[in-house]
Amino acid sequence: MAKASSKAKTNTESYLRMYTQMVRIRTFEDNANQLYLNAKMPGLTHMYSGQEAVAVGICEALTDADKITSTHRGHGHCVAKGADYKAMFCELLGKEEGYCRGKGGSMHIADQSHGNLGANAIVGGSMGIATGSALRAKLQGSDDVTVCFFGDGATAQGLLYEVMNMAALWNLPVIYACENNGYSEYTKTEEIAAGSITARAEAFGIEAFKVDGQDVLAVNTLSQELVARARKGEGPFFIELETYRYHGHHVGDINREYYRSKDEEKDWRGNRDPIVRFRAHMVSEGIASEAELDALNAGIEQDASAAVAYALDAKYPDISEVDMHVYAA
Amino acid sequence: MREITLSQAVNEAIAEEMRRDPTVFLLGEDVAEAGTPFKVLSGLVEEFGTERIIDTPISEPGFTGIAVGAAMTGSRPIVDLMFGDFIFLIMDQLCNQAAKTHYMSGGKLSVPMVLRTNLGATRRSAAQHSQSLHALVAHIPGLKIAMPSSAYEAKGLMKTAIRDNNPVVIFEDKLMYQDKAPVPEEEYLIPFGVANIKREGRDITLIATSSMVQVAEKAAEILAAEGIEAEVIDPRTIVPLDEATLLESVKRTSRAIVIDEGHQSYGITAEIASRLNEKAFYHLDAPVLRMGAMDVPIPFSPVLEDLTVPTPQTVAANARKLCAGEMIHAA
Repeated sequence: MAKASSKAKTNTESYLRMYTQMVRIRTFEDNANQLYLNAKMPGLTHMYSGQEAVAVGICEALTDADKITSTHRGHGHCVAKGADYKAMFCELLGKEEGYCRGKGGSMHIADQSHGNLGANAIVGGSMGIATGSALRAKLQGSDDVTVCFFGDGATAQGLLYEVMNMAALWNLPVIYACENNGYSEYTKTEEIAAGSITARAEAFGIEAFKVDGQDVLAVNTLSQELVARARKGEGPFFIELETYRYHGHHVGDINREYYRSKDEEKDWRGNRDPIVRFRAHMVSEGIASEAELDALNAGIEQDASAAVAYALDAKYPDISEVDMHVYAA
Repeated sequence: MREITLSQAVNEAIAEEMRRDPTVFLLGEDVAEAGTPFKVLSGLVEEFGTERIIDTPISEPGFTGIAVGAAMTGSRPIVDLMFGDFIFLIMDQLCNQAAKTHYMSGGKLSVPMVLRTNLGATRRSAAQHSQSLHALVAHIPGLKIAMPSSAYEAKGLMKTAIRDNNPVVIFEDKLMYQDKAPVPEEEYLIPFGVANIKREGRDITLIATSSMVQVAEKAAEILAAEGIEAEVIDPRTIVPLDEATLLESVKRTSRAIVIDEGHQSYGITAEIASRLNEKAFYHLDAPVLRMGAMDVPIPFSPVLEDLTVPTPQTVAANARKLCAGEMIHAA
């Protein structure tokens, strides 16, 4: 289906970049989780670990001019769209040098410079924003594309159906990316979603695709094709990505056997991990050696440790900022 | 000076701003060829086309969310919400998304959008098409709230709203669309947060918003015939609020009634009265009185509906009592 466009990514540099970005997400999350467990992070956060191939496969098909909207489980999207560790950790810790000067935190992290319009703590809350960004692109004759990330749980929100209807009527350059990680908070998706998820988009005449969200190449190949078509005015599109979240709904959701088994978690981690799979593929294809990838991992871990240390020492915003930015000048 | 209707004033303001700024567009239900049920937007689609005057499905949260996203990325959308009552449908997009984006992003993102909608009872439209719900959104930091009281204000405030870099909600009184007022031919803007003293007086201050400005002015005429000189002030925007002008007046007159068409409890009248009590207490000769809509859903039957909103007679009666030093127990 997408042989021609996939060629662009079949080179060492782009494979290494996708691998690097996935490891950067996993490493970021491991550090964020540790900050929570050590009671060094205010509030709580939602781990993206396990879903890395989704964010990276899609965002590697985008440019900085393309936009995304993210979710409460948004660190992965933020890293994949190009964000910097230091400003991200600073934001998670409520520090002045955070992307949002500490005012947003984990659930509202945004990085406008790379086209990330922000995470959103209302499930499904950004579907209108993504669609509006696409309408703006069309009205202004710009060829950028907007990707709306949301989870399977958000398919239960009516807003999705309102905006997909308008996106289809107006041929907007938006891609609805449904990350189906199997759980709507603490409930199995099959208990909250009747029928087929892709059929929801197809009902509006939107081309819908289902892809293995643990296979970064499959995700990237499909994304490149759809982004290119959306730029030409053939949008909108819908992708359902089958994936899995390794942690609970949030970092404090530790005892979760009442809704999913440890065996199931073990199976996904052991047999379908997106990083392990892609790493094996790269080694077998001779793109990188185990030693080279180990060195790459170690470098990322060092970056993360340095960024965490930096953020822990960084300044909090001055208290005079509390009523700053309520209104734009 | 020429006189035009409030409806024409809104239409002119939007047309002028759309000519001036190509990033301005408008979307909502039946806004293009239909020009809205109140015909406020008639003719705009002929000039600007369906690309900039966009008919939407009946999906209020959807098109409001779309406006938020367009505003965050470089457009200046105007959302047309057919009835103010539908604000309940769009609360998440307006209050959780639009209002908070600038703050949550540490000032990096902004949402320059206008939501134009309406308020006002006595149109015999019953409980779901007659509410005045501006207090709900005035409660949310990050939103600005404009309440034009005539065609002149409607035009000047709309132009300012479209140029503002924040989400602005404009409530027009749906009973005033055909009311005419002098409106200059030449361009003007009305700044936010600047109250307008509509009538000067020394005995009592009547602070009134939107539809209630006319009510207060008529009450002032009744009172003048009895020798009571009422000052009438229209704040024009309730967020931001020109507190200084209100305080200055009340310190002079020593009495005040705040009149607004929203429900009286927990409403605009309560907020303004409270500020006057906090900041002008030692200048007051009487408690500041609130007059809002009765705390009932707006009834359909005309004989019942007319009882729910302040009238020139009820305002004058209360003013008379305050000036005579009588205690009034708010309903």
